[in-house]
Amino acid sequence: MNESLLINFAVVILFLPLLGFIVTLLLGKKVSKIFIFENLVMLIGLILSIVLLIAKVTTFNNVSISSEFMWIDMGDVPVIGQIQIFLGLLLDDISALMIFVVFLISFLVHFFSIDYMKGDIRYNRYFAYLGLFTFSMAGIVLTHNLLMMYIFWELVGVSSYLLIGFWFEKKSASDAGKKAFIVNRIGDLGFLLGLLTLFLTYNTFSFVEIFTEISQGNLPLNSEFGLTITGIFIFCGAVGKSAQFPLHVWLPDAMEGPTPVSALIHAATMVAAGVYLVVRIFGILTADAMLIIATIGALSALIPATIALTQNDIKRVLAYSTVSQLGYMIMALGVGAYKFAFFHLITHAFFKACMFLGSGSVIHAMHHEQDIQNMGGLRKKMPITYATFLISAIAISGIPLTSGFLSKDGILAGTYAFGTLTGHWYFPFIGFLVAMMTAFYMFRLIILTFHGEPRNKEKYEHAHESSFIMVMPLVVLSILSFFIWYTPNPMDPEAGWMYSDWIKNPELHTPENLRFGFMQSDVTSVITPPGEHRIMYSETYTAALHHVHGSAVFLSIAMAVLGILLAFVMYQWKKISADILADKLKPLYKFSYNKWYFDELYHKIFVAGTIGLSRLIAWFDLKVIDGIVDGSAAVTKAFSKSIGWFDDNVIDGLVNLTASVSAFIGLIFSKFQTGKVQTYIIMVIFSLVILLFLFKSF
Amino acid sequence: MNFPILTFLTFIPVVGMIVILFLKKENIKGIKYTALIATGIQVILAVFLMGNYNYSLGGINDASSFQFVELFRWIEIHDFPWIGTIKIDYFMGVDGLSTPLVLLTAIITFIATLSSWTIDKQLKGYFALFLLLDTGMMGVFVSLDFFLFFVFWEIMLLPMYFLIGIWGGPRREYAAIKFFLYTLFGSIFILLVMIGLYFSTTEVLADGSKVFTFNILEMMNTANYTSDGILSPLNPNNWRFLAYIGLFAGFAIKIPMFPFHTWLPDAHVEAPTPISVILAGVLLKMGIYGILRFNYPIFPEITQQLAWYIGLFGMINIIYGALAAMAQRDFKKLIAYSSISHMGYCLLGMAALNTMGISGAILQMFNHGTITAMLFLIVGVLYDRTHTRNLDDFGGMATQMPIYTGFVTVAFFAAIGLPGLSGFISEIFVFLGAFSYDTIRIIAIISTLGILLGAGYMLWTLQRVYLGTLKEKWAGLKDLDRREYLMFIPLTLIIIFLGIYPSAMLDVMNTSVNTMVKFMQDSQMFFSSFGG
Repeated sequence: MNESLLINFAVVILFLPLLGFIVTLLLGKKVSKIFIFENLVMLIGLILSIVLLIAKVTTFNNVSISSEFMWIDMGDVPVIGQIQIFLGLLLDDISALMIFVVFLISFLVHFFSIDYMKGDIRYNRYFAYLGLFTFSMAGIVLTHNLLMMYIFWELVGVSSYLLIGFWFEKKSASDAGKKAFIVNRIGDLGFLLGLLTLFLTYNTFSFVEIFTEISQGNLPLNSEFGLTITGIFIFCGAVGKSAQFPLHVWLPDAMEGPTPVSALIHAATMVAAGVYLVVRIFGILTADAMLIIATIGALSALIPATIALTQNDIKRVLAYSTVSQLGYMIMALGVGAYKFAFFHLITHAFFKACMFLGSGSVIHAMHHEQDIQNMGGLRKKMPITYATFLISAIAISGIPLTSGFLSKDGILAGTYAFGTLTGHWYFPFIGFLVAMMTAFYMFRLIILTFHGEPRNKEKYEHAHESSFIMVMPLVVLSILSFFIWYTPNPMDPEAGWMYSDWIKNPELHTPENLRFGFMQSDVTSVITPPGEHRIMYSETYTAALHHVHGSAVFLSIAMAVLGILLAFVMYQWKKISADILADKLKPLYKFSYNKWYFDELYHKIFVAGTIGLSRLIAWFDLKVIDGIVDGSAAVTKAFSKSIGWFDDNVIDGLVNLTASVSAFIGLIFSKFQTGKVQTYIIMVIFSLVILLFLFKSF
Repeated sequence: MNFPILTFLTFIPVVGMIVILFLKKENIKGIKYTALIATGIQVILAVFLMGNYNYSLGGINDASSFQFVELFRWIEIHDFPWIGTIKIDYFMGVDGLSTPLVLLTAIITFIATLSSWTIDKQLKGYFALFLLLDTGMMGVFVSLDFFLFFVFWEIMLLPMYFLIGIWGGPRREYAAIKFFLYTLFGSIFILLVMIGLYFSTTEVLADGSKVFTFNILEMMNTANYTSDGILSPLNPNNWRFLAYIGLFAGFAIKIPMFPFHTWLPDAHVEAPTPISVILAGVLLKMGIYGILRFNYPIFPEITQQLAWYIGLFGMINIIYGALAAMAQRDFKKLIAYSSISHMGYCLLGMAALNTMGISGAILQMFNHGTITAMLFLIVGVLYDRTHTRNLDDFGGMATQMPIYTGFVTVAFFAAIGLPGLSGFISEIFVFLGAFSYDTIRIIAIISTLGILLGAGYMLWTLQRVYLGTLKEKWAGLKDLDRREYLMFIPLTLIIIFLGIYPSAMLDVMNTSVNTMVKFMQDSQMFFSSFGG
């Protein structure tokens, strides 16, 4: 296998889902079994992506392979210079790993949906949309330039619009789709501006070329501020897609879509795209930009976690949990814990997809009941769903032996180290706090759903374990939540292939003086602990990380256990009544339950504001501008009327006067016209006499 | 002499019109098919023109690099009192600026003819006027003599007036008169500037004598200006600025540019569907085309001075149009305002004065032509079936008319600027161009709000009309028929094709746009030597 074959693999992987989309969409009405084709296509894609991943981490480790073609060639143009826009693919460690994750989850979701969506009137169309979505996502992962990233970014937006609003007969579903698209577009405006800034400076969109230029000290807009602002602009795109504060509001609403869709796009892929984007541009972020990113991430981790504590809709809890976990990743990137962030992206994709599909399984069994207050006791009825859900919940809480522990602990250690290095202690504080809240609300969810006595007997009686088609994906995903896939040592991810072979240290291109101190090339002579040579950024950083590692592990486990314990105390053993607590902390409870009133606030300010403004403009257009136009027409008309009157009465009066005078004269003279020859002769003679007299005087 | 393709392109519709005038009133089929054949031949010719177009020739100010040129003396009067020799040429030719628009005109007119099938009132008169309008539009895009251009410009006006005024909706007369007077008002400015330019530029004839000229290309050459000509840059009383504004206003009304835009919603709402299609698809392009063809190369120094304002008006169009669209209840009026918003991108791109911006503007004209034509057809299809355009009356059409809704989705997302569809490329080019020009960078940044607002009102409309549950009264509606397929499919294919392979159109205009940018830059130096 050589490089060009590998990249051809990638091309095939990219276009397979598009093929699936087109075929399934066009034949969907005629061939009822066409969804099998879509599933088959995804299976082939998955197999290819596994081959690709294996080839990449074995033979082609450390190599990035790219291939491009010229899309738009404007040649050498005046004023700007060379304009050639390339599209192409880049296959490096990150994209190979990510494309596998995308295809794995996408395939499992396709498979799960075969049963879940059974009987839907637009069954085939659903699979077609899944294909379109997977295509868009694959494009984001495999692209080698920012423009193509933006293109597929928007395509992800539209396919998620179609999927979220799939049951468009429901107003809430079409509202949610619209909201998702528009809120995402707000972030995309920033992304676009970042894109423009970079193109303006470098006349290229290619990651590699831009990075090279920046390494050489050519900064966007020729200023350090330019580099910072570019990073933040592009990050805006990630804020939208990854549902970060303050644009997180679309994600919980997006739960209106079919549940497998939530698993696919709201747990594992679309929302991961934002994190992936930041991973891609990590090398050019300045310290200022990173601090902003970390702050946004921390807020996004904290706020939704507090909301998830009180929600009763099973999917909404998961949705807020997703936002919170994505916030973790973004915060991790902001504090420089690059590897852990990307690792968490992958582990989270598996266990969160498992939980979403698990909730789908529950909702399916409960006949579209989503309120956990009406559930309970399902553990006996749905043992496999319960087991897989439990494993995933343990993973997300960060209990050892799970993948979640490995990645989450890494992130927490990263924030902790960041705290020691820079003094920004609120990041680790929020990190640990959120860890506890996560464990709490996850086990609250599990206890209320699966444990205890059934609170809705009737629905409970009808509930049953789901079919093989729906359970199989759950099992696969929960198995992937164990540590063994990533490292042989359950306590130390660094011992495994994940960090050494698959996720490499990031290459930094930001000028040294714009980085955090610990990210600058090492000059200090910190002694590396013996046997440790894995240096990320600098030895200072490595040392700090090692220094805090022990306490971070201890703290994170403690927090998780504390959270789980609290959940059991409140909901399983009922030592503390949740209702009484809620009553005591009523304002806080209501604040959390109503999601911090973000939706109300945004609706009042932005939505109502825009619509109000648009009405004002429309009024202005109709009354003022058109008023002037019609007014001037009216004035002209009135003027012309008065002219008309003048014309009729004065001018024409004069004319008529002349006419009447002449008529009068004519009348008189007509008397002379008698028709008698004698009279005429007399008159001629008379006239002659007069004329003679006249001429005589000359 | 080669085959005079431009003359054929321009006058084939008139031939069709004459045939129709000889046909009996009752011969409905004959009338319809005559129009269809005439516009069909036009499409074939336009495609042929594209196929034989040489991408490496620039045009703009250089007569020898125009293509398919036809030039002969049209009117020549010697020893005319006061003036001397009057000479007007029949001068036609195309370059990268006009070729895309010629193709657009042919395609849109053909599709509008198909859409005219549902007209049932005085067919003979309708199609006769329709074809005359076609000739006027085509002539505008291919004329290189100002006088000839003006003749075609005015020819367009009359049929349009009647087409709206006779075949339109309830307020048709108001709309028709508003359209007519507005455009005529603009024409007066164009006429004045035309005469001013005529008396300021001379052309050297074969015998060495100098005569005044209407030739646009000669007007671009500063060497041709007489020293005392009223619009000569050598004239110390600089009337050029005022002339520029006048000419610009004349064209701006057609775009339509804020605040001269209010004729458009009325005209659209009252016009029958095919006329709306033509109005949005072709007529609106003439404003931008006129500015690029006349204002830019003839007055490069003032263009430079006013670029910021052009960009500003572009921004106002984009945002104002989008906001006004959002508040509309009438589906057609909403699309009309969205047109205003989308034409703002053209202004913004033009103001960039660089290749990306101007290419983006021209491409946006083409794309807006196809996309908005499709949007008006979409409204038309719905109106034919329901006889209402009130957005609140609809809902759930997607369940009743799924294939139609499929086309709707493509058109709506193209209008929003979704990548993969043509609208995206032109928008991004406009932004790339405008952002590159530091004078209007801030304007470009604010204008990006337009793509957000666009998504807002478009998706809202999509939701209100097509999503949700079907209202009972629409339960019997039929999905598209074969003729309607024939209207939608070509447009959809063009929209997708240009979204994936924009070079097909960009390459056509590239050399010309570069020539224009370069020419304007060079003349900048010339003018700066005058200190103005």
